[in-house]
Amino acid sequence: MANISISDVRKSYGKDEVVHGVNLEIANGEFIVILGPSGCGKSTLLRMIAGLESISAGQIAIAGTVVNDLEPRERGCAMVFQNYALYPHMTVAENIGYALKVSGMAKAERLEKVRVVAASVGLSEFLDRRPGQLSGGQRQRVAMARAIIREPRVFLFDEPLSNLDAKLRVQMRHEIRRIHNRIKATSVFVTHDQQEGMTLADRLVVMNKGNIEQVGTPEEIYHSPASVYVGGFIGSPAMNFLSGQIVAGGVMLANGGKIPLPQALAVAHNGSLAQIGLRPEELTLVPAGKGAFDATFEFSEELGPSRLYHFQFEDLTLSVLSADKPPVEQGKPMGIRVEAGSVHLFAADTGKRLRAREAVAQPELVV
Amino acid sequence: MKRAVFKNNWVAALMVAPQLLIIFVFFYWPTSQAMYWAFTLEQPWGGGNTWVGFDNFAAILFDDLYWYSVQVSVVYAIGATVLSVGMALILAVFVDRQLRGFKAYKIGMIWPYAIAAPAVGLAFRFIFNPGAGIMLYLNDAFPGAWDPNGNGTHAMIMVIVAGAWKQIAYNFIFFLAGLQSIPRSLLEAGAMDGARVLRRMRDIQLPLLAPTFFFVLVINITDSFTDSFGIVDTMTGGGPARATNLMVYKIFNDGFQGLDYSGAAAQSIILMFLVVALTVVQFRYIERKVHYT
Amino acid sequence: MIERTPILNIVTHLILLSGLILMIFPMYLVLVAASLDLKDVSAIPPKMFPGDQLWVNMGVAWEKAKFGEKFLNTFIVAFGVVVGKIVLACITAFGIVFFDHRLRMPIFWAVFITLMLPLEVRIVPTYAVAANALQPFQVFMDVTGLTWAINAVTGIEVALEWNLLNSYTGLIMPLVATATGTFLYRQFFLTIPDELVEAAKMDGAGPVRFLREILVPLSVTNIAALATIMFVYSWNQYLWPLLVITDQSYGMVAVELGRLVPKITSTGGEVAKWNIAMAGTLIVMVPPILVVIFMQRWFVRGLINTDK
Repeated sequence: MANISISDVRKSYGKDEVVHGVNLEIANGEFIVILGPSGCGKSTLLRMIAGLESISAGQIAIAGTVVNDLEPRERGCAMVFQNYALYPHMTVAENIGYALKVSGMAKAERLEKVRVVAASVGLSEFLDRRPGQLSGGQRQRVAMARAIIREPRVFLFDEPLSNLDAKLRVQMRHEIRRIHNRIKATSVFVTHDQQEGMTLADRLVVMNKGNIEQVGTPEEIYHSPASVYVGGFIGSPAMNFLSGQIVAGGVMLANGGKIPLPQALAVAHNGSLAQIGLRPEELTLVPAGKGAFDATFEFSEELGPSRLYHFQFEDLTLSVLSADKPPVEQGKPMGIRVEAGSVHLFAADTGKRLRAREAVAQPELVV
Repeated sequence: MKRAVFKNNWVAALMVAPQLLIIFVFFYWPTSQAMYWAFTLEQPWGGGNTWVGFDNFAAILFDDLYWYSVQVSVVYAIGATVLSVGMALILAVFVDRQLRGFKAYKIGMIWPYAIAAPAVGLAFRFIFNPGAGIMLYLNDAFPGAWDPNGNGTHAMIMVIVAGAWKQIAYNFIFFLAGLQSIPRSLLEAGAMDGARVLRRMRDIQLPLLAPTFFFVLVINITDSFTDSFGIVDTMTGGGPARATNLMVYKIFNDGFQGLDYSGAAAQSIILMFLVVALTVVQFRYIERKVHYT
Repeated sequence: MIERTPILNIVTHLILLSGLILMIFPMYLVLVAASLDLKDVSAIPPKMFPGDQLWVNMGVAWEKAKFGEKFLNTFIVAFGVVVGKIVLACITAFGIVFFDHRLRMPIFWAVFITLMLPLEVRIVPTYAVAANALQPFQVFMDVTGLTWAINAVTGIEVALEWNLLNSYTGLIMPLVATATGTFLYRQFFLTIPDELVEAAKMDGAGPVRFLREILVPLSVTNIAALATIMFVYSWNQYLWPLLVITDQSYGMVAVELGRLVPKITSTGGEVAKWNIAMAGTLIVMVPPILVVIFMQRWFVRGLINTDK
């Protein structure tokens, strides 16, 4: 069992720095998901933990030992690769047992362990097959089994579900969470899929351009995103953004509409320019003139339990998720009501979240 | 197969005609001629020819000189192939580690491919020449220690070294390409599984290189039967005392020096069967490789 | 990957350096010999460093072997073979990939099987064909009675003859057929999406136009790859020119090389001038080596993709 502590870790290729000083504490047994678009440095960070990439600056410690110069095999990490990286010339059993074979475990003992682990992920019938004869989901299980069998201190996942179809992806997600609950190894999971991140993580790390934007539980990140970037990245359908100026009691939009704000927040930042984030599911449709502002209805998407309405507002598009599904006519204006408590307020210049005074004094969530 | 095609088949006919004409005149016709000659006894350039069945083959197969040539060819094939494939494999595996300077190593291993067989032959004939250079030095210290002009074994060693040397670059290119087509993540997975460099070579890289290895092996054997002409001709002329008289060289000699067309044709047919058999084996193996991944 | 393997790294470099020496040292010896005078070539102990006679020896070799003429010939033949092979490979593959006729697979196999018939094994009869390239047709006409019929009707005795010995055509023609090139082009054409063909048809382009304006521009990498290996291949031709060329004004460089030193089997008392021979070897090696080094990327790709 192990905690991981990452302090001021940087990675550069020549002059090109792709990870800029990352700090992160991962507790023992925690399931951490690193989330970000491709090229944000999340895989590089993971590979530095694994020992597959060297660390340009800073240090990584696993269970209190600095591992910067240790080889992958000395770090006690197991990894599930995006393309699974199964050895095509070995059977499923040989694939799963290879690490034990390398470590010199006796054959009988090894085969027994392989059998047990394979059974735990439902691979018992496939032990003699080659990876080429397996379906995507089965290969994924082999890759998992290969990691589990080593009883590693740390599990690393590099976008392991991205090659699966949508249904299988959800299924494997549940499987991974079940396995984690059972073996409780510290896990770091890298993905660009925010839904995967939200559902799997104990804590979520959102990365952008080689920096950590925010660290927190999925709930914290959903309810109080630390920046415009995080707000826009997390949540589906995506957050709406409007801009305006903070006045007493709210934000004045460019066209004269006014969005209410909690008193403390409005007072703290009175006069500054701001960006406002509004989640589609927290907006309500009301007749024209009865909301914070009016917007022109364009079209809607039926989602079953709810309906997603798309509006034109100024030169922006705006979406509203409604479970009541009121009928709206195309091209007609509708009022949109905003609750003061549901407004996410960000500074117009930095994109950082604006908080009420006393909140600002508090340290940022552990970063 | 493609679904979208053009309809004007006469254009297709025009497109394939030139190549078909050439392979008919220069491949199929000579091959059939060789068959015809192999089963008949003919005077060169016309004259009567009579059907003799397998007599020509029988004459060859009861000819000790032919069997000696076969034996010499096999020694050459094994010697040159083992040397060049072995060296190329070792070099490719270590170049693939991509340590500092590997690109320079790579070019250094590849360029000899460009050298013509007679140039290689001539160069090595000079290097192994008992009357000049290093070997002169050796012979000066131990008189008669090296004599490729008189000693058949020495001549064979010389030809094998030259042939193998020429082939290393070719094999190296294939091995390196084979190694680089192994996904990097497999090696990373191996490293995560605790396997170190040499262990990964043994457990992951070499097994996955098996199809390339087999392909290269067959090509080398085939080439040693056919491509060896230039080297033998410039180095030893088949001698001394026929010690390096490889099958292809014997065909050339019997046909053009001895003017024994029927005998040469029969030998050609046998060699052809050898090449075809090796090629078929190779294709069967390549098919298996397709199923592999 | 983080890997602490200092000892193995040293071993790796040692192995690779030995390999490098193995590949370079023989040619270094050639260079040294080419730069010495005749006396120093057989000196004891052997000279290990180049002398100052390189240009002199090269000049002598150039004169003696008439390399000026031979280089021109070799360039002409190499050019003919390279262009011929590329054009033939391209149009043949086009004819069997982009048309739907029952003969497409038989034709493909007819071309492909020639792989198994290298020149060396059919050398004697191929030489006979080169002496009269129309001989197959003559035989065909004789056997079918066509010759007799024409003779009976017109009174003309049909005797087809086209002697290719001692000509560029004779050097080039038997070498331009290309199973591997056709195969490479076929593989490439099969990756062209159907939509491209359909779009061309919608735009009113016929097959020839499609080939010229769409396929050929798309296949430039193919052409570069094929051209490099085929250039090396034709530059280094030895056996075929040795046979078909007796008039030395058509000679090619690799063959000429063999004449710089007396054959080991020859009985004449001529002394082998190794310094001159090695200078000649250097001269002949240069063009293909330059191609391989400077076109390395294309060359490797061509070699791997054509398998041979």
